[in-house]
Amino acid sequence: MIHLVDVTLVVTLLACAWLSLTGRDLLRSVVLFIAFGLLVSLGWARLRAPDVALAEAAVGSGLTGALLLSAFSAMERARLTTDEVGLTRARWLALGLTLGLGVSLGVVLLSLPSDHPRLSLHIQERISQSGVLNSVTAVLLNFRSYDTLLEMVVLLASLVGIWAVAPFARVWPKAPSTPILAALARLLLPLMTVVAGYLLWLGADAPGGAFQAGAVLGGMGVLWVAASLWHPPWALRMVRPLLVLGLLAFLAVAGVTMGIGKSMLEYPASQAKTLILWIETAATVSIGVTLTLLFLGGYPAPPEQS
Amino acid sequence: MSGSSSLYALAGIALFCMGLFALIAYPHSLRKILAANVAGTGVFMIFVALGYQGPERPIDPVPHALVITGIVVAVCATGLALTLAVGLGATHIAPDEEE
Repeated sequence: MIHLVDVTLVVTLLACAWLSLTGRDLLRSVVLFIAFGLLVSLGWARLRAPDVALAEAAVGSGLTGALLLSAFSAMERARLTTDEVGLTRARWLALGLTLGLGVSLGVVLLSLPSDHPRLSLHIQERISQSGVLNSVTAVLLNFRSYDTLLEMVVLLASLVGIWAVAPFARVWPKAPSTPILAALARLLLPLMTVVAGYLLWLGADAPGGAFQAGAVLGGMGVLWVAASLWHPPWALRMVRPLLVLGLLAFLAVAGVTMGIGKSMLEYPASQAKTLILWIETAATVSIGVTLTLLFLGGYPAPPEQS
Repeated sequence: MSGSSSLYALAGIALFCMGLFALIAYPHSLRKILAANVAGTGVFMIFVALGYQGPERPIDPVPHALVITGIVVAVCATGLALTLAVGLGATHIAPDEEE
């Protein structure tokens, strides 16, 4: 049974994506992409994936949008923002080929069995041993926690890559341009800290968790940088320890669990929730700091004066 | 596959194909990054749609966890790609300025 709201949503988000990808004006493309991200997060909500919807709204649409806009303005300064979008013969060929790929993928997908329970039954059986009630958190931080451990490495590696190619930040706090933004930031920053803490705590039993909370912290960092709030000199020295905090917490727990004769990251059932929450807290801080530094677009040092 | 699950899965395929097409066809680096993101979102949508089997059946949380991981990895890759693209732009002359 297909609801009208799903059809409307799918048509709108496909139209948004197509216009974003094929419009000539790149600023318009970026803005449409942000709108597209918000529509997709509505789609996740319709598919009963509230955890994914939260992560998409905060990261997929919000932070990616901020990154794209800041990169766009850097490119605009270099006058690199027009693109040739006419359909040449080669593009018609590419369109035809991807269309063929899409049709064949669609045929395969529709032939999949519809009532296979997949892994949901296994998860329901074991959820009581995981220490948390939210099945997504249980998968992320317990059943497949080594995925999340490796993800912390990926976060760090991407930042190391950025620092290696860009020795100066692209965005750097300057004197505040408008008092309204600074006042808004002063109002929102404490509120966002509370929201992040709440999402983190809630993640054990309801939609939320380290990634969503980290994304809120990252958004807070972006607002902090954009509003050019005061930053203490020691803040930059704190950056590196905070960046690796999540990974170190994970590795410590992995080491201890192996040390007491269990397999890696196999928590003792009585301590599972405590361990998960400690790892999540450390990961939230690291994710937040990483996302903020991604927005700086380079090593956290003031841009060269040119 | 049935109902809204297949609707979203097919939409995911359409998004993936749109992204792939734009990635191949258009030269601008910012648009290529947008295209890779749209294609990635398409893959996520297929995943989540496969975990959903109607309002009264239990959802499969494993694709959800994978997709959350994927969203965060995607934003990191986007950040790195944008830094590379802006760095390239600094040394690259726009086609209309060459003449």
